[in-house]
Amino acid sequence: MKRASSEALFNQPAAAAADMLARGRISAVELTSAVIGRARAVEDRVQAFNSFDAEDALAQARASDARRAAGQARGPLEGIPVGFKDVIAVEGQPLTASSRMLANFISPYDATVTRKLKEAGAVCWGRLNLDEFAMGSSTENSGSGRSTSNPWDLARVPGGSSGGSAAAVAAGEAVAALGSDTGGSIRQPAALCGVVGLKPTYGLVSRYGLIAFASSLDQIGPFARTVEDAAIVLGAIAGHDPLDSTSVRADAPDYRTELGRRKGPWKLGIAKEYFGAGIDPEVGAAVQAAADHYRRLGCTIREVSLPHTRYAVGVYYIIATAECSSNLARYDGVRYGHRSAEAKDVLELYFQSRAEGFGPEVKRRIILGTYVLSSGYYDAYYLRAQKVRTLIRRDFLAAHQEVDAILTPTSPTPAFRKGERAADPLAMYLSDICTIGVNLAGLPAISVPCGFTRSGLPIGLQLIGRPFEEAELLAIAQAYERDHEWHALRPDLP
Amino acid sequence: MNYEAVIGLEVHVQVKTRSKMFSRVAAAYGAPANTLTDPVVLALPGALPVMNKAALDQTIRAGLMLGADIAPVCKWDRKNYFYPDSPKNYQISQYDQPICRGGAVEIELPGPARNVMGEHKRIPLTRIHLEEDVGKLDHVGGGTLIDFNRAGTPLMEIVSDPALRSADEAFAYLTALKTVMIYGGISDCDMEKGQLRCDANISIRPAGCVELGTKVELKNLNSISFVRDGIAHEIRRQLAVVAAGGAVVQETRDYDGQTGASQSLRAKEMAHDYRYFPDPDLMPVVVDEAWKASLPIPELPFDKQRRFLAAYRLPYTMTSVLIPDRELADLFEAEAAQAGADHAEAVAHWFVNCFLREMNERKLTAAELGRRVPRGQVAELVRRVRSGALLGTAVAAVSAEMLATGRTVAEIVASQDLGSRAGSAELELWCREAIAGNPKALADFKSGKESAINGFKGPVMRAAKGKADPQRVDETLRRLLSGI
Repeated sequence: MKRASSEALFNQPAAAAADMLARGRISAVELTSAVIGRARAVEDRVQAFNSFDAEDALAQARASDARRAAGQARGPLEGIPVGFKDVIAVEGQPLTASSRMLANFISPYDATVTRKLKEAGAVCWGRLNLDEFAMGSSTENSGSGRSTSNPWDLARVPGGSSGGSAAAVAAGEAVAALGSDTGGSIRQPAALCGVVGLKPTYGLVSRYGLIAFASSLDQIGPFARTVEDAAIVLGAIAGHDPLDSTSVRADAPDYRTELGRRKGPWKLGIAKEYFGAGIDPEVGAAVQAAADHYRRLGCTIREVSLPHTRYAVGVYYIIATAECSSNLARYDGVRYGHRSAEAKDVLELYFQSRAEGFGPEVKRRIILGTYVLSSGYYDAYYLRAQKVRTLIRRDFLAAHQEVDAILTPTSPTPAFRKGERAADPLAMYLSDICTIGVNLAGLPAISVPCGFTRSGLPIGLQLIGRPFEEAELLAIAQAYERDHEWHALRPDLP
Repeated sequence: MNYEAVIGLEVHVQVKTRSKMFSRVAAAYGAPANTLTDPVVLALPGALPVMNKAALDQTIRAGLMLGADIAPVCKWDRKNYFYPDSPKNYQISQYDQPICRGGAVEIELPGPARNVMGEHKRIPLTRIHLEEDVGKLDHVGGGTLIDFNRAGTPLMEIVSDPALRSADEAFAYLTALKTVMIYGGISDCDMEKGQLRCDANISIRPAGCVELGTKVELKNLNSISFVRDGIAHEIRRQLAVVAAGGAVVQETRDYDGQTGASQSLRAKEMAHDYRYFPDPDLMPVVVDEAWKASLPIPELPFDKQRRFLAAYRLPYTMTSVLIPDRELADLFEAEAAQAGADHAEAVAHWFVNCFLREMNERKLTAAELGRRVPRGQVAELVRRVRSGALLGTAVAAVSAEMLATGRTVAEIVASQDLGSRAGSAELELWCREAIAGNPKALADFKSGKESAINGFKGPVMRAAKGKADPQRVDETLRRLLSGI
């Protein structure tokens, strides 16, 4: 089922590949060609991408090699192919949100993270599948016609909504990738696919050019093969952006350099609320084993309480759906995107374009969100949910008075079978039970591989840090990763 | 039974800023369709709004000028509704925390005669909030074209209390409000360009009654005169309905200024549910005292008018011509200050006559034309006329020359012989005749009796029928006498 770290070029961590590029042992064209070749070899099974443009990627790689030859290498990701969840705008590339609504939309502009990755030298590589408009936890809600599989077991889901990003990094189809995380959409698929996934503090990374699902919760973050790689990508994309009013006015540190400086020992918390019913025993055991390892490293482990955790899923599905009902109003068939051919007047244009363009989960959430914002219900739902959200945030801030990070499972279960939860939205919503509170509180959290089930499925450890203390969080995660091999294992895809 | 009308106005004023409310693209009128757009204006996937601080500055300034309370925090809400002119299908607006509350607009009602100041009243304001304008729909043939150039332009909504009692008061309110906006540089309020738009809520009730009657909303009042006419028409319509034993129905009506008739747009207000909620893309902005203090507040128009009446003793009619145009009033005041209070009325007279005519003929603003007037030259002109150095009849020509070339009065007088209406050849002839006709005065002058020169001047002035410039007569006589 699994085997030791592959020597194949397409399976190298970004830091190692960058080192080989810097030493002239490989070229960006060779690296990109290896990744393209891998994608061509496995995409029929993994289906991580909605689309990719190999020629364009190779042209970018050639430009990178030319820069390097001219002594003008840009940054730490010079020549590294980075995949994009198909909700992040890259000028001239498709931007579909895995929705029929945007099936033919080409972005005329770059997201801020895209601009920054280009400035760091990265090769912008492919459009990665997701649950339509990032709504889902399995990537089964994709409307692109692509059914992404978990590279560790093709009959299982990769998680979601950034399932394509996680699967691509796990399967060697991208060296690193960007995803977006609204309720766990980076961390949960990272856990299910055995890679590192980081959701930064709300406001650290610009959302400009990210198709909005829930504006107060969305945050772009990296998928990577190592904690160090995650630090490198985060360093490239973080920082204030005048185009995003919710972006924080502070300089981001050099996370990779900070990794080496922060040595612990740390005070870590275990939240009892995250180990209740619904947690798979093998997952619980792996996370407890990780806690034990930290204890051996000299860290203090104590129990912390996050008493409002049980309200998190309910609060999330009020706030996220309310915001999405408004955010998705712009997809109306008037200016771009799917327009019904049948409409005879403007109302029909709206109704039919949206009826045809959106899938069932998106419609369900728009209806839910419209309802909770309606006159007479606003106070009972939206306003109340915002108050409880504050309580949830206070839980975390209180716990963080005592500990540097909180350890939890990332996902209550390992990857589930395709179709297993598709018919039951509530069961699907519970996939995010360990990750949602972090978004409501705006905190940074990382998922790192922490073992496998007996049947060979990856398990993720979630570490939740203090606001804007990504450097500390990454160091804590790396302290675990350094002593384990989980992250270096690759799925046995022929 | 006697009835009285109750009117409240909702006025939308486009705020004058270089860029739009939430994006960097330029805000302007008259550009080719859909050229003033970007990902934010078109609501492309992933685009985010960023507040234009200048628009908030302008709105706070408007609030301060009108005596409103400024909210300590500027908060943004989304107003959700679908319409093709609204790219996001929600409008970023302010719902429960408008940036300004309270305040009032001072208005002047028509006086008993044109030259007599009318009664002043203060019309209380409910609120002023800031939002973004929508695009424009153009229905052509069987389809509809959309121009998003206007979409995203900063737009103030100024809501009055239902405190107006007549069409004339509504007219006076809009006139006064427009003048305040122009004074603050907040908007040009050009209704033809849609920079000021007005909806009126109108009801009638038995005089003295406190309860409000059923209101009718009147839309599309696209000139200040149409506002007055439309409201007057609607009041008459409601009175007729009641007189006929009927009841006013709550509805929205469309007034056609050309035909002077209105028709129902929709009976009973559609129960719109805008699902307002705080915009998560925009952070609340704290407006502190230092911010407010940093915004210069100009003197209000009626305050300036009262000051002009008192300090310069100008006639009321003259102030009511000068005051509505702040640039004109400022130009007047600069020259009046140089001329002195005694000459202020003559300066005002010059601005009201010469300057305004030139402005209108050349279609220039007061500031544009004012740049052609060298500082202090109007005062100089008035002084020369008063001293007799320049004939009143030459003022128009000097003024025209000054406004055309920007030269000083002295330069113009010297170069164009405008000291007198007579040509120099003609004047010289008259002078020669006068000298020839009075040998005694000639002898006296030659013998050193300086005042004898006056003996020639009478005949010259008679010959010139009083239109000769005394100074030039004097100069010409001396030149001729010195040669004899």
